[in-house]
Amino acid sequence: MKNFQIIKSLSTASAVSGMKKEASAMYIAGGTNLVDLMKKNIAAPEKLIDITGIDLKAISFSDKKVTIGALAKNSQVAEDASIRENFPLLSLALEAGASQQVRHMASVGGNMLQRTRCSYFYNTDMPCNKRIPKSGCGAIGGANRMHAIFGASDSCIAVHPSDMCVALAALDATVTVESTKGKRQIKFTDFHRLPGNKPEKDNTLENNELITSVEIPNNNFKKNVHYLKVRDRTSYAFALVSVAAALEIQNNTIQDVRLAMGGVAHKPWRLTEAEQFLKGKTVSDTVFKQAAELAMRDARGYGENNFKLTLAPNAIIEALTIAASK
Amino acid sequence: MDQNKADHKETGEDLGASRRDFLKKSSLLTALALAPPSLVLASEKKWDEKIAAYIETVPLSIEVNGTKHTLNVEPRTTLLDLLRENLQLTGTKKGCDHGQCGACTVHVNGIRVLSCLTLASMQQNAQVTTIEGLSKGKKLHPMQEAFIKNDGFQCGYCTPGQIMSGIACIKEGHANSREEIREYMSGNICRCGAYHNIVDAIVEVKEGGKQI
Repeated sequence: MKNFQIIKSLSTASAVSGMKKEASAMYIAGGTNLVDLMKKNIAAPEKLIDITGIDLKAISFSDKKVTIGALAKNSQVAEDASIRENFPLLSLALEAGASQQVRHMASVGGNMLQRTRCSYFYNTDMPCNKRIPKSGCGAIGGANRMHAIFGASDSCIAVHPSDMCVALAALDATVTVESTKGKRQIKFTDFHRLPGNKPEKDNTLENNELITSVEIPNNNFKKNVHYLKVRDRTSYAFALVSVAAALEIQNNTIQDVRLAMGGVAHKPWRLTEAEQFLKGKTVSDTVFKQAAELAMRDARGYGENNFKLTLAPNAIIEALTIAASK
Repeated sequence: MDQNKADHKETGEDLGASRRDFLKKSSLLTALALAPPSLVLASEKKWDEKIAAYIETVPLSIEVNGTKHTLNVEPRTTLLDLLRENLQLTGTKKGCDHGQCGACTVHVNGIRVLSCLTLASMQQNAQVTTIEGLSKGKKLHPMQEAFIKNDGFQCGYCTPGQIMSGIACIKEGHANSREEIREYMSGNICRCGAYHNIVDAIVEVKEGGKQI
């Protein structure tokens, strides 16, 4: 690892102004992804701004929403009794991710900023447009079993690895960020971006912006929710495909529904068309199957990941079925 | 937090930056004063900066297994390397060094973390417990005894991490069934495949109800 300077910031204001001064500085919180990337020389900041001393760890509830501080740990959020009761989908998604040691270290903001686990991104002997723009994509025509089936481009077919983000996309969360220019809010589904011809850019954060919190509006998805994660082993593996499903059911009729997928795109993939279709329908295997077909309309495989074209719709049906039966 | 106190602290922390700038400037001045061609070349190639980076360390106070240490570390030193290389506590193992195997699991302020992905320079005043800190004199910790009794290992390389994780698993309240233990121990890989016996050991300690 290249050596660097480290400075501890104790306020958001000092962190963002410190970042503005240094072109090659990066924020560090849990470090579970960044330290790994630095060991592999994929990230080589000259300065790290340690933000762990900033007071951004609280989870606060109001009659309209929950506000989760960007420095709240993944395990802290997952095991918070009120989160479990009011936003169970978020707890399920968090607990499906990583291991308990990593969840104890990783922050909510950092989870959102984790880089893809595409093996070409991690292998510095290989071309990767995300790591080195215009160097080519090894995964297209290569080993792409883990890769995208939605929204990919000719320059990148990598997927976003987070489970937490899939639940946050489904639950209409909003991200609050702060910079030297002030605060702004970003809709969670607009936070991460599709690769297009700029796969090096994972998200819509600008220059010195720091994530300070994530808000989720209160909802009625307290019972019929499920996070289904299909992976190569039962635990501690990234998703081949995951589905966050939340249903509000009254008299067997779907009043409201949220669906999002992980492991299939460069960002958490919200299934809005399938949601629209399901609203007002009576719960049945048939409508779940139709919703899954609708969700898969624009999907395409890249060779080794063609199995996801069958796995994904099956996972949607399974997640909806399990959620409905709770 | 008290804002004045915070500002004061930050000013203190920023001293590292100005010290580095001083080193850079002073080595550059030395180079220019002596001025043989090789040294001018050195400053052009930013060697002075590299030298400054090399000798740049940050002061760290850390408590490991009840013993306080005050030392200087490079910002890039991981907690794992600090334990093994600086403090000669080699019980904590380096497996993958990338957060995938759990062999380096230690407790920081009572919480299990991966020491290979933890920067020592970010652990100011932390209390660390490693496998060496578990026994009381010659009396092994109940989890260590249970691993021996239940054959919770073959080669033993993952064992320190498994034991640290197993203790935390019970303390966190995630050892209520074999399934839950397996899920919450999934960050600790055992290539000998001693998983069944590791779960046996954790169940035994949990049901034994001893203070851990």
